[in-house]
Amino acid sequence: MAPSSADIPASFVINGSRHALTIPPWMTLLDLLREHLHLTGSKKGCDHGQCGACTVLVDGIRLNSCLILAVSRDGADITTIEGLERDGDLHPLQTAFVEHDAFQCGYCTPGQICSAAGLLSERHAHNRAEIRENMSGNLCRCGAYTNIADAIEDVMAQDAAAREAAE
Amino acid sequence: MNRFDYVRPDNVSDAIRALATGSSKVLAGGTNLVDLMKYDVERPGRIVDINRLPLKEITPTAEGGLRIGALVSNTDLAWNDDIRRQYPLLASAILAGASPQLRNAATTGGNLLQRTRCYYFYDPSTACNKRDPGTGCSAIGGVNRIHAILGASPDCIAVHPSDMCVALAALNASVDVEGPDGKRSIPFSDFHRLPGSEPQRDNTMSSGELITAVVLPPSDFGANYTYLKIRDRLSYAFALVSVAVGLTLKADAIDEARVALGGVAHKPWRDTAAEELLRGQRPDTQLFLKFADQVLTPAHGQGENNFKIELARRAMVRALHQAFAGTPQDQSVKSVQ
Repeated sequence: MAPSSADIPASFVINGSRHALTIPPWMTLLDLLREHLHLTGSKKGCDHGQCGACTVLVDGIRLNSCLILAVSRDGADITTIEGLERDGDLHPLQTAFVEHDAFQCGYCTPGQICSAAGLLSERHAHNRAEIRENMSGNLCRCGAYTNIADAIEDVMAQDAAAREAAE
Repeated sequence: MNRFDYVRPDNVSDAIRALATGSSKVLAGGTNLVDLMKYDVERPGRIVDINRLPLKEITPTAEGGLRIGALVSNTDLAWNDDIRRQYPLLASAILAGASPQLRNAATTGGNLLQRTRCYYFYDPSTACNKRDPGTGCSAIGGVNRIHAILGASPDCIAVHPSDMCVALAALNASVDVEGPDGKRSIPFSDFHRLPGSEPQRDNTMSSGELITAVVLPPSDFGANYTYLKIRDRLSYAFALVSVAVGLTLKADAIDEARVALGGVAHKPWRDTAAEELLRGQRPDTQLFLKFADQVLTPAHGQGENNFKIELARRAMVRALHQAFAGTPQDQSVKSVQ
C-alpha cells in the first residue's frame, strides 16, 4: 500500500450492516460513527480516552473509539449502543440499567453499557470489587456508580444462573 | 489533528523502509499517539500503521523465558497463562495501569514508548524542553506535584508514566529492535534514559528503529513479589510512586532482591548496589528502611513533590514486606496490607 493522505477505502460491519466507505486517515472511529453514519449513541465526552463515553465493541472487545483512527480497524465488526438490542428486545444490561436507575442525565450511559458488555464477555470480574475496578474507565459525573455496579452485578448473576442451568 | 500520509505495511522490512521518512510515527494501539496528535504535541508527516505486522505472539525462548511480540495487547499479556504463572509481577503491574478499554488497545511496544504525562509537555503554549528543545522547563518552579525526585536534570523533571515498564525493569527484560542497520537487543535498564541535556530523547532507540519484541529471562519471582502503586485515586490514575519487588529466599533469608520504582524518575528506577544490601539478610523493617534510605540518598524534591520522598520510602518498606510474606498487593481490593 503506497503512502496516501487521500481518502482511503475501508469497510466495516457496524451493528450487523456492512459499510464500504472511503475515509480520511485522520478520522477517528468515533467521528466516523457520529458524524458520517449518524450513530450518535456513542458520545464524545473528553475526546482523549479519559471518560469512556465513546466506548464501543470492536470485534467484541471494548475500546475507546475516540482514540482509534478508523482506517486502522479496516474490516472490523463494530457494535455500538444502537446495535445491542436483539429482535426489538433490550439487551439485559439495558433492562438492568433501567430497573436499577443506573443513570441520571444519561450522557455516559451508552459507554457504560458497552463497557459493561465487554466486561461480561471478558469474564475477569467475579465480584463487586472487580466490577468496580473493571468499570473504572467509565466516568459518571452524576455519580450513579452504586446503581451502575448494581445493574452489572444483576446481569452477571443472571448470566451465571443461565450457565448453571445449561450445564 | 494535522494531516498526514498513511501507510499500512504487512511485514517488518516494509515497515522499516516506510519509517525512513523523516517525520514518520509508528501507530500501534494509538492510545497515546492519537491523543498527543489531538493536542498538536505530535505532528507526524507520515503514520506507519504496524497493526498488520506478525508481532502478536507470546512464545517460549530457548533459555526458558518468554518472547512477547510488540503488538501483544496489554490485556492479552496480563491474562496470558504463562505470564500469570511465571511472571505474576508483570501481570499485576499491567492491571494496575490505565483502564480495561485502554489496556485492550495498548500494545507491549507502545507501552514502552508512551510519553510523559507532564502537564507542560501536553500544553504547546508552554515552554518544554522535551516537546520543543531549548525552550526551557516550565515544571521547574511550576506545578510539579507529579514530577521526578530521582535522576532529574536542570532541563527536565518529567517522569515515565508506565506501570508495566517498572515490572519489566525488575524482571531484567530486554527489548528487541530492528532498523535500517539490522537487529539488536537492548537491556531494559539501558532502554529508557535519564533526561540530561537531551530530554527530547526518552530512550536509546535510533531513528528508524522499530520494537519487535520484549524478551523475559527465566524468573524465580513467581512466589515472592508485589506491585504496590500509590496514586491520587484508587483506579485509572498514574502512579505518584509505585514499587515492583521480586525476591528469592534461601533459609528464611533473602537470596536475590529486585526492586524497581515508578513515578519517581524519567525511567523505571533501579539501584542494584542497594539491592545487594538485602542479599543474605533476614528480612525485617530495619533492613528494609536501610535499603530505602540508600535508594533515596540522591533524591531531591522540586517543592510540590517533596512528599514523594517519604512516600517512596514507606512504599518500598511496605512492598518488601508484602513480597517477603508472599501476599502481593491485590489490584481490585485496594486496601494496602
